[in-house]
Amino acid sequence: MLSKRIIPCLDVKDGRTTKGIKFKNNIDIGNPVDMARFYYEAGADEIVFYDITASSDRREIMIEVVYRVAQEIFIPFSVGGGIRSLADMRAVLLAGAEKVSINSAAVLEPKLIQEGARSFGSQCIVLGMDVKQVAQSEKIPSGYEVVINGGRTPMGLDALWWAQEAVSLGAGEICLNSIDADGTQAGYELYLTRLISTAVSVPVIASGGAGTPAHLYEVLTRGAADAALIASMVHYNLYTIRELKEYLNQRRVKVRLSW
Amino acid sequence: MIAIIDYQAGNLASVKRSLQALKAEAVVTQDPAVVVRAARLIFPGVGAAGQAMANLKRLGLDQALHQAFAAGTPILGICLGAQIILEYSEENQVHCLGLIPGRVQALTGINPEVPGEPLKIPHMGWNEVDFVRPHPVFQGLPDQVEFYFVHSYYPVPAQAQWVLGITTHGEQFPSALGAGNLVATQFHPEKSGRFGLIVLQNFLSWDGKC
Repeated sequence: MLSKRIIPCLDVKDGRTTKGIKFKNNIDIGNPVDMARFYYEAGADEIVFYDITASSDRREIMIEVVYRVAQEIFIPFSVGGGIRSLADMRAVLLAGAEKVSINSAAVLEPKLIQEGARSFGSQCIVLGMDVKQVAQSEKIPSGYEVVINGGRTPMGLDALWWAQEAVSLGAGEICLNSIDADGTQAGYELYLTRLISTAVSVPVIASGGAGTPAHLYEVLTRGAADAALIASMVHYNLYTIRELKEYLNQRRVKVRLSW
Repeated sequence: MIAIIDYQAGNLASVKRSLQALKAEAVVTQDPAVVVRAARLIFPGVGAAGQAMANLKRLGLDQALHQAFAAGTPILGICLGAQIILEYSEENQVHCLGLIPGRVQALTGINPEVPGEPLKIPHMGWNEVDFVRPHPVFQGLPDQVEFYFVHSYYPVPAQAQWVLGITTHGEQFPSALGAGNLVATQFHPEKSGRFGLIVLQNFLSWDGKC
């Protein structure tokens, strides 16, 4: 039986991981390569890098990071943030990432999903979605709207419609981030996650709101998510990945326990 | 020399890197002559069977693979490379290499526990391989070991004795195969952490006999 995946997310700016990570071990907490290796050895099922570098002329730094991470870890990892073209995707994949995540660019230019899937295979193309709850309307029947630019720009697109559309265009996986839950550590948006996950044929990674092991349990069961993205919980050394997995295993959620 | 066969079916760098981590140097090649001479072959690949077969034929690699297999060269097929070694694939309804008899089938996604909620296809993520027959390439692994999978089709060899490992995603399917000097994994050993590296290491020291 397929295991539910636990996926740490690392934000990278100008080639350095940004969150103030408190580790006891002797590792450079700003170094994404060291951090990736740490999580690889700690039992992460996959790793997500999110590039928040503001200026586009510093993008090559991320490619260099991806290349170095790929020499060190032997599990899949994906890269998102600032990917706007087929050339951007190719650079990240050739440097050694397993998948690329496209978000705003896919909303603005949906054929990017199609071209990416045709060129590299659907399994490489993750649709990143930032979603905000709004009043239900004719335009937004699900009551969840797609937003871009880190949640600042509402797009007038229904999230459920967009998820299904993106899958039909060739997205092989969806990373679904709730803007309302993100950063609260009060739990994932369960209703939204179940809505999207049960409506598409591809795996859905839930993102935004994780604070306790119970939140992971809820989103992987009631939320019907295939994987859970985590950040602060592990970055601030509140839990180890093993502790999270043992908690889930005790509650009969299938997870990978030996690595 | 170890050759990784490049037939323009996905990114082969991850296989090469995992071999480097094991201190093994490999060449990535499209040259049939190199494939025929290689001491050991890795046949990876992602993508669709139809395009893959067209590329193999155009590059003359189909004949080279047949020659190497007949000569006893140890061969490791990975993912798509574990499928198109068989005779026929349901994907694109295409005739494949036929190194061993058998066919490639689609996962149904039927969920035996909750029939109303079909399983996700592609089968993507970590899943257990139950090794049902011992083989040198799959020794030294713990029980209930998990590997990383990404696929929508799976190989069904004609003879049950060629099935070395079984995995369940709704239905049970063969996830590790072995026939003479050929072994094949539906999963990605190069993306499966320490246990995946053990499989690769075992393959590197395997003489092609079992």
